[in-house]
Amino acid sequence: MFEKVWDDHVVVAETADTPAVLFIDLHLTHEVTTPQAYTELRSRGIRLRRPDLTLATMDHSTPTRTEQVFGGVPIAVDSAARQVKQLEINAAEFGVELFNLQDSRRGIVHIIGPELGLTQPGKTIVCGDSHTSTHGAFGALAFGIGTTEVGHVLATQCLLQRKPKTFAINVLNRLPKGVTAKDLILAIIGKIGVSGGTGYVLEFRGPAIEAMSMDERMTICNMSIEAGARAGMIAPDATTFEYLAATPRAPKGAEWDAAVARWSKLPSDPGAGFDRSVDIDAASLVPMVTYGTHPGMVAPITGNVPASGDAVFEKALAYMGLTAGEAIADVPVNNVFVGSCTNGRLSDLRNAARVLRGHKLAQGVKMLVVPGSQSVKRAAEAEGLDQVFLAAGAEWRESGCSMCLGMNGDLVPAGHYSISTSNRNFEGRQGKGARTLLASPETAAASAIRGRVTDPREFTN
Amino acid sequence: MAAVKTIRSRTVALPATNIDTDQIIPARFLTSTSKAGFGIHLFADWRYDAAGNPRPDFELNKPEAVGAHILVAGRNIGCGSSREHAAWALLDFGIQAVISTEFADIFRTNSLKNGLLPLVVDESTHAWLLAHPGVEVSIDVESTTLTLPDGTAVKFPLEGFARYCLLNGIDELGFLLSQSAAISTYEHKSR
Repeated sequence: MFEKVWDDHVVVAETADTPAVLFIDLHLTHEVTTPQAYTELRSRGIRLRRPDLTLATMDHSTPTRTEQVFGGVPIAVDSAARQVKQLEINAAEFGVELFNLQDSRRGIVHIIGPELGLTQPGKTIVCGDSHTSTHGAFGALAFGIGTTEVGHVLATQCLLQRKPKTFAINVLNRLPKGVTAKDLILAIIGKIGVSGGTGYVLEFRGPAIEAMSMDERMTICNMSIEAGARAGMIAPDATTFEYLAATPRAPKGAEWDAAVARWSKLPSDPGAGFDRSVDIDAASLVPMVTYGTHPGMVAPITGNVPASGDAVFEKALAYMGLTAGEAIADVPVNNVFVGSCTNGRLSDLRNAARVLRGHKLAQGVKMLVVPGSQSVKRAAEAEGLDQVFLAAGAEWRESGCSMCLGMNGDLVPAGHYSISTSNRNFEGRQGKGARTLLASPETAAASAIRGRVTDPREFTN
Repeated sequence: MAAVKTIRSRTVALPATNIDTDQIIPARFLTSTSKAGFGIHLFADWRYDAAGNPRPDFELNKPEAVGAHILVAGRNIGCGSSREHAAWALLDFGIQAVISTEFADIFRTNSLKNGLLPLVVDESTHAWLLAHPGVEVSIDVESTTLTLPDGTAVKFPLEGFARYCLLNGIDELGFLLSQSAAISTYEHKSR
């Protein structure tokens, strides 16, 4: 599958000395990683080659408090306000469609691409954000780039790229009841390591993947980068087509039929070779939680913090305030974050609400629920999910990246344990000194009720 | 981009593995709209205490690190976020080359695009460099050679195109713009 998408987009083939020129079908952009690229274009007098293939949103440094988004209360951080303003200026000057702060279509860049139906099988998709791998759930080749490369795509709609290798992740059997896509991807990262995918495009395959919804597949592909992979892909199938058929910008009518025919040819041929492969048994998994300072430091919720003599490992445990041998389920929780491009979609909010319904947050626990997009927010409110969260004592916010990386002021205090549905548990990721435990929305909600890491199957099975 | 031909400098070593870009430049500093000025925030949470004072035990704060332009880092440096600000922060601080056994993909690409040399060495050379911080080494981009203090020459991998761009200070946008006709042909064909 990867080869087919790659070959379709080669403008100039690679040689021993030069990388390939690869055409990009969709360029998603946001406020944080574009300003310097526009400055470069402006200084060289270059216009955008394909504004029609470019979309801008604001998500990373934007506030999530309703009064700041809609009430005219200024963005608290001056530099963030300037960055948001700069995106408005750049989009207007260069003719890029922008979903501004108050736009009803705004959201996290990796949530809105699929929602709109712009993310499609067989496309090449880039964004100045590492979690661009999310879009691979549709059988697109999607990867994160830096700001210089953002400039390359703005100016030429192309990138210079070396062809990556392929890595099959064969997920055997089906996930047991109460075990989620988040648990599976954390287990995969734990197995292959945080640099196990470096230089590769991962292809997730097998019965557990085929049985997943698009939301679940996006959770899987989203964290491919956490294994170091260039991208992650899942073959498009009837589930993919059904999702896209309901989106506003997918092809319509005869164009839709032609697209489905084209997309149906993308899956890897039977017996297609991969440069590397690994098998993982989905049936053997339980909910997973990280205990360290990278996503590969992950353990079953029923297990203990492992031991290691490695100095880096010890430093990570010291940062986390945990000791080897301690039960994962004994780790206290002060803060709960449900949201992000990993787990901020409607089904994620439903799953958290299903656990939380009729319960209250444990004493002293703070919980923030941040929908991945304004569209997710409206849909959740139409189902009354906001009322479930509010009744439990959680905060219900406007969409954005929020506490996943704390750029907008949504921060976890130093020393606090934060169980988070996001993607990175690096030191200081959610705030200086914050201690992040990555988990599924279900595990986050169950832990919110008990005030310590809690197996959600106590509530759901 | 300025040409990078040779780098001769003492090293500074950060042996931790998996140094992520959130450590190199924490997210709260990313609201800038410029490429300049990130150096003072490089490794901010490792470098400064709660009061904002330099931690004397952090490698980059030690007197012997002053003027070092080569960082020797543990395996898989630059993992995580795609923020190019990580490369800008290292360069602004004065680092011109990073030596490790493995680099995260996006960080490696971002580094090369800015003239920050990501230099991959074998395990034993790496272990020696980590065990001997502060030694003076030299890097020659033309011959893709790292020369250790005892004169040992260690070859490092560097793709021809990247080497050409570094040696001549060429940024790739000019090359891509020169492909405009081929891009137009592709666009017309795939319409």
